[in-house]
Amino acid sequence: MEFLLNRFRNLTVLLIVVLAQLLLLAYQVKSSQDIRLIRVWAVTAVTPIAKVLELVRRNTIGVVEDYFVLINVREQNRRLSDELGKMKMENHFLKSELQTAERAQALSAFQARTPSRTVPARIIGTGTGANSRVVYVDRGAGDGIMRGMAVVTPEGIVGKVLDSFPTASQVLLITDQSFAAGVVSQKNRVHGTIRGQGQSKCIVDYVQNEEKVEVGEMFYTSGDDRIFPKGMPVGRATVVRSGKNFKEIYVVPGGFQNGVEEVLIVVQGEHQAIPQMSETASSSDVYLMDRPKATGATPAVPNVLVTDADRMRERYKQVGDAQGHEFGEGAPGSKPPNFNLRVEAPKPSQPAVSQNNQTNPTPSGASPAPGSPAQIPAVPKPRPPVVLGADGQPIISQPKPTATPAQVTPSQALPGQATSAATGASQTTAPPKPRPPAVGPDGQPVATQPKPTTPAGQSASGVAPTTAPPKPRAVVIGPDGQPLAVQPKMTTTVSGQPSAGAGVGQTIPAAKPRPPVVGPDGQPVATQPKPTQPKSAGPTEGNTTAGTPAATPAKPKPNPADNTSGTSRSRVTSNDTTNNVVTPNPPRTAAPKPPAAKPKPESSEAPPNP
Amino acid sequence: MTEFSSDRLLTEVPRRNRKARIRPLGMIFVPLAAILFQVYVPRFFQYLGYLELPLLVTVYYALMRRQPIPGLLFGALVGLGQDSLSRDPVGMFGIVKTLVGYFAASVSMRFDVDNPLIQFLLGLFFFFFHQFFYWVLSRALLGQLSDFNPQQTFLFGLLNAAVALPLFMLLDRMKE
Repeated sequence: MEFLLNRFRNLTVLLIVVLAQLLLLAYQVKSSQDIRLIRVWAVTAVTPIAKVLELVRRNTIGVVEDYFVLINVREQNRRLSDELGKMKMENHFLKSELQTAERAQALSAFQARTPSRTVPARIIGTGTGANSRVVYVDRGAGDGIMRGMAVVTPEGIVGKVLDSFPTASQVLLITDQSFAAGVVSQKNRVHGTIRGQGQSKCIVDYVQNEEKVEVGEMFYTSGDDRIFPKGMPVGRATVVRSGKNFKEIYVVPGGFQNGVEEVLIVVQGEHQAIPQMSETASSSDVYLMDRPKATGATPAVPNVLVTDADRMRERYKQVGDAQGHEFGEGAPGSKPPNFNLRVEAPKPSQPAVSQNNQTNPTPSGASPAPGSPAQIPAVPKPRPPVVLGADGQPIISQPKPTATPAQVTPSQALPGQATSAATGASQTTAPPKPRPPAVGPDGQPVATQPKPTTPAGQSASGVAPTTAPPKPRAVVIGPDGQPLAVQPKMTTTVSGQPSAGAGVGQTIPAAKPRPPVVGPDGQPVATQPKPTQPKSAGPTEGNTTAGTPAATPAKPKPNPADNTSGTSRSRVTSNDTTNNVVTPNPPRTAAPKPPAAKPKPESSEAPPNP
Repeated sequence: MTEFSSDRLLTEVPRRNRKARIRPLGMIFVPLAAILFQVYVPRFFQYLGYLELPLLVTVYYALMRRQPIPGLLFGALVGLGQDSLSRDPVGMFGIVKTLVGYFAASVSMRFDVDNPLIQFLLGLFFFFFHQFFYWVLSRALLGQLSDFNPQQTFLFGLLNAAVALPLFMLLDRMKE
């Protein structure tokens, strides 16, 4: 080194000085990318060296490292191969499960769609013979499977039950040579008999050569064989040609397209229509909602005003009708109608019901004073009588079919009210629905509790009720027609006997049962109809049975049509009300609670209390 | 003839040993004066802008010293001083004059640089070399796309060489 410095000292110094100045220049000058040249030079000078060093390292040290790394690769490869195999098996299993679930879903959908009653089954085995086309399913006689039942899938029929064992059944597939079933083509409705060939295809026999069957045409069961219900898909024709006597039609069974694992056994077949070609051509089913049923109150064809002119004409017509004006009839100069008159638009959805149903009494216990104006619009709500039949089941009064559910509100089912004959038939607005009358021991039709629609002192027989409290009160009518007492709220004593409420302080002799309504068999039947309406149950039960008032179910809601049930079925068994009179205390007019005592109409025709 | 020649050769001092001693103050103020002349005089006398007095001073001192290292160091200092007053990055003139100093010193060891004709030719050559190498550096390092006109450079080189002769004679008087 020293020799070189001495030998080329001048040149060395020159290079050093020039290099130093170049570095100085490079520090000052920036490149086009605003990077100092000294950095560009440094990177440019270093990176090739780094590349070379990396290349050398990779080819030398890297090879050695790779060698040591690859030592465990074989073991890792074996382990990964095992894991891959397991994952493949698991994936295959999951796919199989998914396909099974999809088949089950399709099967369930088909089962829900078909009108026939079916039982799902799974194929658990096949026949032992090489040419046998039988399988075993896991449903047997214990599941209601019997010989001759059809076995189908959503894609097509599969076969029929050959034998039924306690826990399994043997199914003869349609590909068996001994199988036959009646089929009909979809398009031309050509009837034939499908027979198995021992192969994958079946043949449709007994089709005349003159019949027209197209290749690709779908065949459905015709229902002629009394095994398969009509309308079950069978398969699609693949070969159609004229034969010696009959056509040779080969059909590929649709039930075997995706393999048969789950099937449906038709335990109760019902024929269904064969779908049209257009239906099968569509890829997706189209479900249409049922046509809305037109009620009596709702017009079948609504009067829809389309244009503004129609609406304006209708409005003017209403204005003219309201003022009695006849358009086009007025003389010149006559006073025109007031077009600014506000005419309420008629409610098209309001049914034509009687006024009784329009009135909705308040559920509060405040009873208006007799004769007060507030009582005038309060029309008593008839309560349908609850009559039990011979079987002990309550005979529920059927509502009028045209009445909407909104018309029957719980408030209308007032306790203590009944559609009695005493209330008269003037409220009749619709014919009653026939119902079996309750017959008493004397053979006379009986009815349940009469409705105390008339205030005290007013005769209830044959008088159309004009006033009624919003909430019925149990007014006990004495023999003189005067209210005797108001039944207080019943409470149950420790001994289980109902007692009078506060203020009475006496134990009600409720052990004496209310004379029940006697059915046709002569057995007393309870008058507790619908337990599903406990709110409307109330006051009438406290005096009917010795039980707690809570055990009294509600009576069905009244229907205006039921008001007209008239005297034939709405007899009132009011003679028991006298037994419910607890005390001869003067009537308590301020009792807000629902009455427990039933009024006693004077016109009661019920049999005497036993 | 032979003896005369040989005697003359024997008695003649080698050129590398015939280095001149220049006063230190002259080595400081003369280049400084040349640089200041390069900076201020062309502002008042624009036609004197072609004169490259720092280059001529560098060539003179390198030729007289006849040692490359002092010559290149002197050229580097003069060039850096000239760069410091220019708008270009510092080092452009420094590199060029370093090379000029080095080569001038190297040449002075083989030629008789006292000959005015040699001095004229060296002045012309180094001016051309100086301008050309500066153009290369400015093009390579700074990316300046300025043109190089050889004819004009040669003409200016002649003028500078013509100026170099009286300048060198003037500077010879400053030698010890």
